[in-house]
Amino acid sequence: MITPSSLTELRDAVLSAPRVIAVGAVTKPRLSAVEAVKISTRCLSGITEYEPGEFTFTALAGTPVKEIIAALAEKGQYLPFDPMLVEAGSTIGGVVASGLSGPGRFRYGGVRDFILGVRFVDGMGRLLRLGGKVVKNAAGFDVPKFLVGSLGRFGVIGEVTFKVFPKPETEITLELPFELKRLTGLASSRFEAAALDVLPGGEKMLVKLAGPGKALEVLAQEIGGNLVDNSIWSQIRETPWSFKTDITSDQVHEHKASHISCGGNVALSHDRPARGLTLRGEAPLWIGDRPRFAIESAVKQALDPQHRFPTLDD
Amino acid sequence: MSSSALSKFSTILPPDRILSRPVELAAYESDGLTAFHTRPIAIVVPETTDEVIAIVRLCHELKLPFVARGSGTSLSGGSLPIAEGIVIALNRLNRIVRLDPAQRIVVVQPGVINTQVTVAAAPHGLHYAPDPSSQSICTIGGNVAFNSGGAHCLKYGMTSNHVLGIKAVLATGEVVEWGRGSRERIGPDWCGLFVGNEGLFGIALEITLQLLPRAECFHTVLAGYRTLEQAGDAVSAVIASGLLPGAIEIMDALALEAAKAAVHAEYPPGCEAVLIVELEGPREVVAIERERLDEILQASQPVGMRPARDADERMAIWKGRKSAFSAVGRLSPDFIVQDGVVPRCRLGEALRRIAEMSRETGIRVANVFHAGDGNLHPLILFDGREQGALQRAEALAGRILRMCVEMGGSITGEHGVGVEKRDFLGDMFSADEIDCMQRLRAAFDPLGIANPGKMFPGKEAPALSHVGLHPLEKAGVISRE
Repeated sequence: MITPSSLTELRDAVLSAPRVIAVGAVTKPRLSAVEAVKISTRCLSGITEYEPGEFTFTALAGTPVKEIIAALAEKGQYLPFDPMLVEAGSTIGGVVASGLSGPGRFRYGGVRDFILGVRFVDGMGRLLRLGGKVVKNAAGFDVPKFLVGSLGRFGVIGEVTFKVFPKPETEITLELPFELKRLTGLASSRFEAAALDVLPGGEKMLVKLAGPGKALEVLAQEIGGNLVDNSIWSQIRETPWSFKTDITSDQVHEHKASHISCGGNVALSHDRPARGLTLRGEAPLWIGDRPRFAIESAVKQALDPQHRFPTLDD
Repeated sequence: MSSSALSKFSTILPPDRILSRPVELAAYESDGLTAFHTRPIAIVVPETTDEVIAIVRLCHELKLPFVARGSGTSLSGGSLPIAEGIVIALNRLNRIVRLDPAQRIVVVQPGVINTQVTVAAAPHGLHYAPDPSSQSICTIGGNVAFNSGGAHCLKYGMTSNHVLGIKAVLATGEVVEWGRGSRERIGPDWCGLFVGNEGLFGIALEITLQLLPRAECFHTVLAGYRTLEQAGDAVSAVIASGLLPGAIEIMDALALEAAKAAVHAEYPPGCEAVLIVELEGPREVVAIERERLDEILQASQPVGMRPARDADERMAIWKGRKSAFSAVGRLSPDFIVQDGVVPRCRLGEALRRIAEMSRETGIRVANVFHAGDGNLHPLILFDGREQGALQRAEALAGRILRMCVEMGGSITGEHGVGVEKRDFLGDMFSADEIDCMQRLRAAFDPLGIANPGKMFPGKEAPALSHVGLHPLEKAGVISRE
């Protein structure tokens, strides 16, 4: 294990061994369970820039997400993509590399929709800054987005810049009997739900509303169901799920035992699904078919010609 | 093109869909950036995705450069033809393949017009969020290639944030399919990398877009200020309040003058700048938030405030705003528009410096911009009939771009680099960073045949000349934003 404490040291660390992979707090252990020298981002920690008026912050990859959430909350802001495993210690670099978003991604989008820029080390040991630091930027290829979910196989993330939003004044949670029609109906409704999940077993669904408290009371009346404690969302986020599968709402019934998140777009489970990504446990990293195209190895070759990082299949 | 090459295309397309007569080529010489023009060898007009695939594969075989083109509204010269290459016109691939209201997704071909997506989605209470000002004519394929923006990016992001899946033919001839229609994905974000490639990776054949529920209620306020700085301060106050408006726009005095002349827009007397703020959401939420917004704006010392009382008044406010660009055409025979971004907190400083540069050079600059996300749109006015005027305007545009980069911003918020700003890419990125992007480009396009000469600096410059406003721009159908 190498523990760099600056971006220069991170670059040196990448060049120090023939095969390396970055790890944060290892809250999704299967993603980095490969034969390679581990580079820990533990000492690459801290928010380097935060300007609330810009709706942006920049932090080193090893910064615990919990620390970021606290700093944003002080200024009335939050991470709309709703990171998972925060209490377990997940780092912002790990959030990007794993591409894992929480139930709140339903409203405004996931990690990919809020990342603006990245500093990373490619396989040739070059420290590169791509994307930007402002909320809107169309210059150059969108490598920051590509690194979301890239599992450290194309580069080591050193620092990231994110867009943030003002935190809604109040949140309330309703529990209703699950019916697919109710789920898709709510997803298209005027209520602009902040989250829409189905609990394992497929009997109950949860709706989160966010906004001014007085307005939410009226909306909740109209939606119906039982008011439940908001802490249920942190239980969902903190559950050490073993598998993640991207689905569409017409596939919800095939994933009865799973927790369904993001209005029927994600299945999180402890049991091995027919298709998906393994986050923890001994199962292969990819379960079932993964689309494979020649461009994947060409891009790998472009960013990491000596295969200093493992491939997606290692 | 040699007759043997042409004959190879005729195995894919009937003769009436291969255009090579000078009169036919002339229509494709320029895009929305009318200062540049190049005549290509031929235009090919496929009607099916299989034809596009066959054309790209033939280009690969012949090592023939190609430029994919939708409606040709690029403001960065992104669809400028290549003299030794062909243009692949995609307008006839204009089918909405599938619309699934329950999943809120739509699958479209690249030639589908932006507003047609919302028109198709509207009966289901849904809409497609990205709204570039040319949305009544620009195509989704072009939006994908350039990651187009619009007035609502602060809250809902750019095109990329709405693309769930892409089927594309890469410049190597490989056909790829990324995304299964889910809002989530596993593995690297290939769609994210593809969107904004400026046509350098290949051609999108089918694009899966997410649709959003149409907001139930809007509250749109127009506030006039004595100075641009006061309008900027009001933006800061709105941002600091914790509200998340759907749009925050500013127009300066020159832009207001143009809008008044063009669409008879009315603004509070004595104002030198106008701020437009729009809230949206469920009616109960908007009812509460509008009170807060109105309080904030009252406190910002406007000379006048006009909340839209109904849908017509809202449309009138937006009409004035969206017409501002074509309206500027009435103030000046020609103009170029820039698209730099600065950190929002430095907007006031950026505008002051632009005003200084304007005074210093004697070139008039109108400002209409997305204040919520710091995306400037300085319109640099000139008369192309004057010797060297275009070059002087270009020089001023360059100074503004460099200022944006110095301030920690970007050379482009939503128009892309294209031909126009490729010499400025090096101001934003180091040699290693540009090399990294060039290696990626080479992975997708080892022969360098897909839209060569765009984004990256160093190629021989195409003809820069004065050709005046785009005919559609004169008609007020499109605008350069």
